[in-house]
Amino acid sequence: MKSKMNGNELTLFVTGEIDHHNARKIRETADGLIQQKHPAMLKMDFSGVNFMDSSGIGLIMGRYRTMQLYGGKLKVTEIPPALRRMMELSGLSGLDVLERSGRDNECDQ
Amino acid sequence: MNVTNEMTMEFDSRSENESFARSAAAAFVMQLDPTVSEIGDIKTAVSEAVTNCVVHAYRGRKGKIRLSVRFTGDNTVVIKITDRGCGIEDVHKAMEPLYTTSADEERAGLGFAVMQSFCDDVSVRSSAGKGTTVTLKKKLSPRYAR
Repeated sequence: MKSKMNGNELTLFVTGEIDHHNARKIRETADGLIQQKHPAMLKMDFSGVNFMDSSGIGLIMGRYRTMQLYGGKLKVTEIPPALRRMMELSGLSGLDVLERSGRDNECDQ
Repeated sequence: MNVTNEMTMEFDSRSENESFARSAAAAFVMQLDPTVSEIGDIKTAVSEAVTNCVVHAYRGRKGKIRLSVRFTGDNTVVIKITDRGCGIEDVHKAMEPLYTTSADEERAGLGFAVMQSFCDDVSVRSSAGKGTTVTLKKKLSPRYAR
């Protein structure tokens, strides 16, 4: 997984399919980087995610809690339209971790 | 279109097979010329059901998962996911959103809620100690409406 550190902001570029099997590797990589870099802001860039089941929700909620423990924040960015229904179903919108881009709003009916 | 057709396959309960199972189900359903969104819904629901078998029914033990996909005519797809694992003691409780028995694994407890949201009908038949069958029904939009 590619990542980028910019000031105290860590961006993870999540790619491929997030299911129960793949979430484990993503979780281990993400938590390793968080412990190593102690970012104030963790951004998970989802533009490269082409499939996600509810394991992705567990992955996001887990990183949300980890970042809270370190006193940091989490944002999930560049969410593809196909994943939006899963995100809405999860109740994550109440935690203010999903970043809505301008392009997202255009797609709303 | 009133095509009837069926496929059944059986595979080991391994997390690697979650991706294989949803892709196989999607590939079979392609015969009905579904929309991209309908295929996404089917892949997601199958992924949830198969993951439940791996995580809960067998809990890392060896076992087999059977997947069958059937077209019943009238553009309806019926998918059955069967395991011979531990069974669900309280199906009603298991289907409640956010309820999970494996919090340590970062499971969101949304599996059944997702299946219900992404399919037209979800039914669960389970017997403690014997196994579980989850039946998903999805009616595809009529071809001419796409």
